[in-house]
Amino acid sequence: MNRFDYVRAGSVAEAVAAAAEPGAAYLAAGTNLLDLMKGNIARPGRLVDVTHLPGLDRIEHLPGGGVRIGALVRNSDLAYDPDFARTHPAVAEALLSGASAQLRNAATVAGNLLQRTRCPYFYDPASACNKRDPGAGCDARSGETRLHAVLGWSEHCIATHPSDFCVPLVSLDAVVEIEGKAGARDVPLEALYRLPDSRPDRETVLAPGDLIVALRLPPEAAGFAAHSRYLKVRDRTSYAFAVVSAAASLRFEGGRIGEARVALGGVALKPWRARATEAVLAGAEPNERSFGEAADATLADAHPSGDNAYKIELARRLIVRALTLAAAGTPERMPALPASAFSGDALHA
Amino acid sequence: MTFRLTLTVNGQPRAIELDDPRVTLLDLLRERLGLTGSKKGCDRGQCGACTVLVDGRRVNSCLALALSLDGADVLTIEGLAHSLAPGEPLHPVQAAFIEHDGFQCGFCTPGQIMSAVGLIHEGRAGDDPERVREGMSGNLCRCGAYIGITQAVLDAQARMAGPGQGGAA
Repeated sequence: MNRFDYVRAGSVAEAVAAAAEPGAAYLAAGTNLLDLMKGNIARPGRLVDVTHLPGLDRIEHLPGGGVRIGALVRNSDLAYDPDFARTHPAVAEALLSGASAQLRNAATVAGNLLQRTRCPYFYDPASACNKRDPGAGCDARSGETRLHAVLGWSEHCIATHPSDFCVPLVSLDAVVEIEGKAGARDVPLEALYRLPDSRPDRETVLAPGDLIVALRLPPEAAGFAAHSRYLKVRDRTSYAFAVVSAAASLRFEGGRIGEARVALGGVALKPWRARATEAVLAGAEPNERSFGEAADATLADAHPSGDNAYKIELARRLIVRALTLAAAGTPERMPALPASAFSGDALHA
Repeated sequence: MTFRLTLTVNGQPRAIELDDPRVTLLDLLRERLGLTGSKKGCDRGQCGACTVLVDGRRVNSCLALALSLDGADVLTIEGLAHSLAPGEPLHPVQAAFIEHDGFQCGFCTPGQIMSAVGLIHEGRAGDDPERVREGMSGNLCRCGAYIGITQAVLDAQARMAGPGQGGAA
């Protein structure tokens, strides 16, 4: 790990000023950043510790029906907040399907949004990586690509975004609140991330010093609570990143789907909102045929980035399965194995 | 430059001076406070051997910067038995691990036990072995003692929930 200056910020303004310097990084729980620093992948010259900033650890249920989640709320505290889990069950399920209990107890909401890809070539300093070293090339392209992107990738980067949490969040129009040198602004979560294009080192639209202070879900998000699921295929049933995942939320009008919200994880460098799928489902009858057509609409844009064409078919099936589970209804209790296709309720749907 | 922080470690207030901000909680415990029960396995948050309770919650001590935990209450395997009552030889979770052969080589055991204590206090696994296994997935056991570990957690939990058993750790 490189040497760094350690600064403990006493206020948001102080934090923003301290972190606007070149080479500075924010430290919250550090569950991803310290890992990257130990591997010499991240080498910040200054760490601005924001863990003691007051007021950023609250979950506020807003009068209009929305929810405002402070940036320092721990992943497990959000997932187990009874009101939040009731109104946003797919988000809670996604949170609990990620990492381990120890990591969820430490990791913050904003840290989850800003975690880096787990592409093994990004993590290996001996490999060429345009994300680590712009212009160096991408060893993943000619490497082991089983887990790489099938949507939105470029020849410069085929990595995927690792977060589970973000997948239902983008489908539910989550917004991040940012404080920066120019003041406060809101950015839709979906627009926070950049696709790789020719500069995969530019991962988000955040400017130096920008600090995420909260995450907001609009009132409409809770309207899907009765029919909302997250489903995640992974190499192990627990404590593994998604190979492919899908969030599906439905709102019914009569016997038909009034509105659908669908997003995919593990397929692109950002959580992938499946708007074409949602468009097919609006007004449709909920059945395997409409679900299949809806899945095809999003995956028509998919292309393998290597030896990963199977992920396209897997994503298709996962959308259908997640929609089927969502249509059957949100389970009363969090499944023993969150988001698992091997959970009892998922097997019998 | 000297960095100062205060921690309560196993019930004792400790004023700590660090000459380097890079020290993790795990390295502080093992290298500076002589508490070598918490183990350094992967040092990257993957194996769980370094699990301790911080303010009552289980975390990976290898991925926490000691300085950022200023003011926290830390409980390690060394202080676990005494956390129930001074002079207590074993915590119920420790006793259950012995009774159910919840280990072989023992390297992962302090982390397993601290994680199990955290899991039981979270109170969501109940008597469902599937929920216990899921809740313990952040602790790897190279010897594969998982069956004994799951039985030990279930048994300890039942005992701690029983009449007259204080559950505070």
